[in-house]
Amino acid sequence: MIRVVKLNKFFGEKQVLKDISIEYQPGKCSLVIGASGSGKTVLLKSLVGLLPIDSGEIWYDDVLFSSLGEKEIKNIRKEIGMLFQGSALFDFASVEENIRFPMDFFTEWSKEEKLERVNFCLKRVNLINVNKLFPNELSGGMQKRVGIARAIALNPKYLFCDEPNSGLDPHTSILIDQLIAEITEEYNITTIVNTHDMNSVMEIGDQVSFIHKGEKVWEGSRNDILTSNSAELNEFVFANNMAKKVKEMMQQAAR
Amino acid sequence: MKNALDILGRYVLLMRKVFTKPDKSSIFWKQFFTDVEKLVLNSIPIVAVISVFIGAVIVIQTASNIESPFIPKMYVGYMARESLVLEFCSTMIALILAGKVGSNISSEIGSMRITEQIDAMEIMGINSANYLILPKISAATIFNPFLMLMSFMIGLLGGAMIIFITGIVTMSQYVDGLHYAFRSYYIFYSMTKMAVFSFIITSISSFYGYYASGGSLGVGSSSTKAIVASSVLILVANLVITHIMLV
Ligand SMILES: Nc1ncnc2c1ncn2[C@@H]1O[C@H](COP(=O)(O)OP(=O)(O)OP(=O)(O)O)[C@@H](O)[C@H]1O
Ligand SMILES: [Mg+2]
Repeated sequence: MIRVVKLNKFFGEKQVLKDISIEYQPGKCSLVIGASGSGKTVLLKSLVGLLPIDSGEIWYDDVLFSSLGEKEIKNIRKEIGMLFQGSALFDFASVEENIRFPMDFFTEWSKEEKLERVNFCLKRVNLINVNKLFPNELSGGMQKRVGIARAIALNPKYLFCDEPNSGLDPHTSILIDQLIAEITEEYNITTIVNTHDMNSVMEIGDQVSFIHKGEKVWEGSRNDILTSNSAELNEFVFANNMAKKVKEMMQQAAR
Repeated sequence: MKNALDILGRYVLLMRKVFTKPDKSSIFWKQFFTDVEKLVLNSIPIVAVISVFIGAVIVIQTASNIESPFIPKMYVGYMARESLVLEFCSTMIALILAGKVGSNISSEIGSMRITEQIDAMEIMGINSANYLILPKISAATIFNPFLMLMSFMIGLLGGAMIIFITGIVTMSQYVDGLHYAFRSYYIFYSMTKMAVFSFIITSISSFYGYYASGGSLGVGSSSTKAIVASSVLILVANLVITHIMLV
């Protein structure tokens, strides 16, 4: 479980996150949604300590993460997997070496054991026979999948995904969403996913927090999202015409 | 001024992260030898070419400047040796390496920064500064002094070569000059300078790369800043070390 209490984050004078409090449960996909620039990436990076916060608390289970020193942070990070918005694969390393990277640092496994784990992770994300390819030889969707394989290489307790399906076609997007949802449940991971894709919300949003201009203005499950009466949320959710029409039809049917 | 202090502070903080015990020594050594190849061995050709030409030019210049019959011809060899060992093979070569190696390091680390590869390492719990930078600093600081020695030898050979071709002085005069009043302390002085310069080049360009921001333009400008800053610092360090070791 990860718990955020009254988190505030400034860049200079500009407040990017305002009094954010959220709880993320293990075994669930928690989504953070919001328009571009609303602060999703900053929130995610603050949660893992890549950005310093100005006030508030971040708890990993019963450890107050936001007050830890460098050494203790390092230890928690060994239990964190993260998929970056741009995949962030190491371009000096092949797919296999990318996934093996954390194993080389933190396990005493033999070569064979590592390779076995690499292949297991790759199979888990539906990639085979790409071990020797380099990141620049992969499509965007394949890079995302390798990114996920690398993130789960050491069985993380916490998984962070920043826009796992931006720039992917709808079909591949759904596959990636389902993959994240499956591993979350299978390994009881506390998973936090940033997205502005309503398809993902409806597909995997066990718990959804809506961020608007740095504030959490709505929280609930995907089932409640279409019927909420938060003006900002409706504007976000029904930004496209099709969704609007669906809502009108639903309302008519209800009458 | 405040800006300069800010940069200095961040540099010191980064170096504190760099100079810690590596997470895993086998990984450090692997990186170390990769960087010896990339930063030191790969510089051999350019250093050799420059040294041969400069050695030859110094010999021609000195020889054509000796008009007085009272100055012995062996002075040519003496001059070539002294200018090569004192300045050329350390300071000049270091300035050239600041361009070659410095831009290589800062653009490599800088592009890893802006594509979030460094963040990805940090998230795994890896000390990215230590993993990426320590092997580079150690490889160059330990082995570049030998590059200086090599440059010295090749420079002297360049001088011999031009004498063989032009007969501007005799070979035995040149060799006599090379032996004349030789102080091995100068070699030590020059190798020390090279070690310090190499530390400057690798740490400064790693620093600018590590804190690069603002896309590929940012990587380009951080690499320019790295070259300018390390060149200036090399000149300052040259002055300081010379004052300490030769006065
Ligand atoms: N390093 C930074 N320095 C200053 N301001 C920043 C920095 N990073 C982000 N911001 C600002 O913080 C705000 C939130 O940015 P963030 O990247 O979190 O948005 P986002 O919700 O992830 O958007 P997107 O969906 O486009 O990825 C933006 O207004 C941005 O300008
Ligand atoms: Mg973002």
